[in-house]
Amino acid sequence: MSEQQPFMKNLSYRGAFSLVFKRDLTIALRHKDDIFNPLLFFIIVVTLFPLGIGPEPNTLARIAPGIIWVAALLSTLLSLDRLFKSDHADGSLEQLLLSPHPLFIIVLAKIVAHWCLTGLPLILVAPLLAVLLHLDENSYSALMLTLLIGTPILSFLGAIGVALTVGIKKGGVLLSLLVLPLYIPVLIFATSAIDAASMNLPYNGQLAIIGALFVGSISLAPFAVSAALKVSTN
Amino acid sequence: MPNSSATLLSANKLTCIREDRILFEQLDLSVAAGDIIQVEGPNGAGKTSLLRILAGLSVPYEGDVFFRNQPINQDRESFHQNLLYLGHLAGVKGEMTAQENLAFSLALSGLDKNQAEQTLSQVSLLGFEDALASHLSAGQHRRIALAQLWQSQAPIWILDEPFTAIDKLGVEKLEQLFIQHAENGGCVILTTHQDLAMPSTLYKKLTLEYRFF
Repeated sequence: MSEQQPFMKNLSYRGAFSLVFKRDLTIALRHKDDIFNPLLFFIIVVTLFPLGIGPEPNTLARIAPGIIWVAALLSTLLSLDRLFKSDHADGSLEQLLLSPHPLFIIVLAKIVAHWCLTGLPLILVAPLLAVLLHLDENSYSALMLTLLIGTPILSFLGAIGVALTVGIKKGGVLLSLLVLPLYIPVLIFATSAIDAASMNLPYNGQLAIIGALFVGSISLAPFAVSAALKVSTN
Repeated sequence: MPNSSATLLSANKLTCIREDRILFEQLDLSVAAGDIIQVEGPNGAGKTSLLRILAGLSVPYEGDVFFRNQPINQDRESFHQNLLYLGHLAGVKGEMTAQENLAFSLALSGLDKNQAEQTLSQVSLLGFEDALASHLSAGQHRRIALAQLWQSQAPIWILDEPFTAIDKLGVEKLEQLFIQHAENGGCVILTTHQDLAMPSTLYKKLTLEYRFF
């Protein structure tokens, strides 16, 4: 058994990625609460604002970008918990940590799956909710673009927080404290981009910064998450 | 540090401290191909901690673990290719069927996932392939996890309480598999509170004492 193992030819980065990605999607699709709970939270928060503030179009249009983004941020936070928690609880996280694949590729697959299950539905319902809030029609493309580039950042940065707190029984409060400050730059630049768009001003500057955050988090977060998971399971 | 070529896994002066209590210190261990080692000791003696350290999941307070005379954290991937660790949690997903669970574990270690259905019959789970794992019993969960052993090509098996919730016939079958694995040049390190039924010449015991200081 000490000679070259023939079975290792089945290992590839892409294979490992799609394996973990499909597994997470399968689990989530059989456990539909996980998808609907954050989405429903998002919709409820956004629809409550016109009821609370009043249906005055100018006021609503003014605060629409903020409402949509804050709701997106909080609903992502709500969904983060299940990223590693259940895997930790039933022991499959240990199996993932001990797999022959590099950990960052597994972590990357899990985070991308998380985004597909939480970020993507948000982006799909956001235009409908924007209509409800009388969002300026110039702002739609900015809203969609910022959500498209911004929500993955939320998943990636959030994953670092979850990985750090996964071993703690009641890590919810700590998770919010760790992760929310990291979300603030995304929130500021995304809402400012949408505001700029509503005034027909260029918003590529803000978009470029969100893009930089996106590239930074997608390339660095998996390594941070891997290291954090090793510490948490120690 | 022993440097015989047959040594698969060795530990050098391991010390483990949990909650200000020394579980074991200066523990030397050498596992060669063909060894079956039963780690025994009372609850809280540090059996699981030792296995987790050997698998590289925990970092010892002091000491090193070597795989084929190389520190295990030097080339994690090659070590993990040669290791199969089953913790006291089965790592089985309730939302997936028995077959999907096993296929995932097999594919994750680079094995052929199409073997899953056939392998399930080895652990008497034939007929339960398409049952969601959440509908199965604790013993059946463990069987799903243990089914990997029949396909595994990794020489080092580290098993934490593999016999929990397994019936007598299953235990017998597992012991046969361990003997076969050892004969094929692998090694097995396991914890269990039961006595192994195999002849005592085939396995070694490592006893950890419960220490109060």
